[in-house]
Amino acid sequence: MHVLKGVSLEVENAETVCIIGPSGSGKSTFLRCINHLEKIDSGRIEVNGKLIGYREQNGKLVEDSEKSIARQRTQIGIVFQRFNLFPHKTALENVIEAPIRVLGVPKAAAIAEGEELLERVGLADKRDVYPGKLSGGQQQRVAIARALAMKPALMLFDEATSALDPEVIGDVLAVMEELAHGGMTMIVVTHEMGFAREAADRVIMMDDGRFIEDAPPEQFFEAPREERTKQFLSKIL
Amino acid sequence: MLASIEWGVIWERIFHPDHVFVRALWATVYISVLAQILGVVLGLVAAFMRMSRFRILRFLSGAYVLVFRGTPVIVQIFFVYFGANLLFGFTLIQPANFGLFSLGDAAIAGIIALGLNEGAYMREIIRAGIDAVDRGQLEAARSLGMTHGLAMRRVVLPQAARVIVPPLGNEFNNMMKTSSLLFFIGVYELFGDADVHYSTTFQPVEYFLAVAFWYLVLTTVWSLIQSRIERRLSKSDRDDEPTFRERFGEVLSPLHAWATRSR
Repeated sequence: MHVLKGVSLEVENAETVCIIGPSGSGKSTFLRCINHLEKIDSGRIEVNGKLIGYREQNGKLVEDSEKSIARQRTQIGIVFQRFNLFPHKTALENVIEAPIRVLGVPKAAAIAEGEELLERVGLADKRDVYPGKLSGGQQQRVAIARALAMKPALMLFDEATSALDPEVIGDVLAVMEELAHGGMTMIVVTHEMGFAREAADRVIMMDDGRFIEDAPPEQFFEAPREERTKQFLSKIL
Repeated sequence: MLASIEWGVIWERIFHPDHVFVRALWATVYISVLAQILGVVLGLVAAFMRMSRFRILRFLSGAYVLVFRGTPVIVQIFFVYFGANLLFGFTLIQPANFGLFSLGDAAIAGIIALGLNEGAYMREIIRAGIDAVDRGQLEAARSLGMTHGLAMRRVVLPQAARVIVPPLGNEFNNMMKTSSLLFFIGVYELFGDADVHYSTTFQPVEYFLAVAFWYLVLTTVWSLIQSRIERRLSKSDRDDEPTFRERFGEVLSPLHAWATRSR
């Protein structure tokens, strides 16, 4: 199945790029290729100059070893639509698990940093609560804290608010906006146009496996150039 | 007819077990535990082999399960005990001493056979447990930089355990009873002890009723342990409903308070 039909993207440090588009356009697939959750047939993906998922061999690209890919992924944080918190661990345990087990951070330091992150997303008082007892919005904020705990260079958001009740979407978007304004490099697949307007440096329209338009939010929303973009925006705005 | 049963014998067998009997009871317990552990290990290996990308491993896993689920346990036990040494050309199975218990060659052969049989069933139980865990869990763990192995150990298997423990508990229950088959290769376990007494006194009701009682004790004790384990594993999604014991305690507490009041 040919999902991505030739896409190319460059994101600067501290830039926030939002990708919007209809379902099935390949937005999530594209995002998941970046941290090698999906394999690519051709092309290359680089984060901070380092090749992701593949290595050069005799001038060709071969799939990298599991260990290398795991190490590359520590630089890329991802927040999923369905949170994917570990249900058998408390909020704090979720956040400190990877720093301790993958980065080898000492437990006390990890706990201190974890508590700080939970504080930052407004959930310091939920540190010992299990995900089952948290609302969707709270779970997603813990998921964001968990991804941030690895101190990634890049944060990916795969429709992070699409599975949330409208009342709690705002809380999660507020965290994401604060991250964006704080200088994190982010690629955000979203349906939230308000967030795109507020926090994005660029907005990209994707359809049928291709990038249709790429422009700063003011231009993208006020004066879109492509017909497809205009069609899509007229339906959702 | 009930009058001709020597109830005294049953009483003796139940409430005054002799040293030989206790050894036999202990043998049933440690044989079952060892065989079950072996079964879980083999089941884990077979489950991962089945999930492997290498076709040969998947095939071997399938063949193993087919053979050991498709033939009677007693046949497997006899085959391992009588045939293994012949098959391998040397005395693979030897007696061993571990201090707390010693294993004759028959017991070792029996444990291996029971373990092999159990592994074939455990593979499916473990696979079902792993499949029950949402795919997103593995994805999230690996996205955080965990290798497949680490993600399995820290995230997937602990969640799979919750699904695996109830059927595993049933399997161990069966194991304790199936261990009685080892009598037929000369292991002196619980059933064997009863049969030895029966053959000298020809009192089947007394001895087999008493041994049935002891098997019931073993399986019931295990049931209680199993419930505790299941409860502890579901700690993270319990609704904090009071358990039967806690509720019972609540009923008794005024009584207890009255009984222990200072005078």
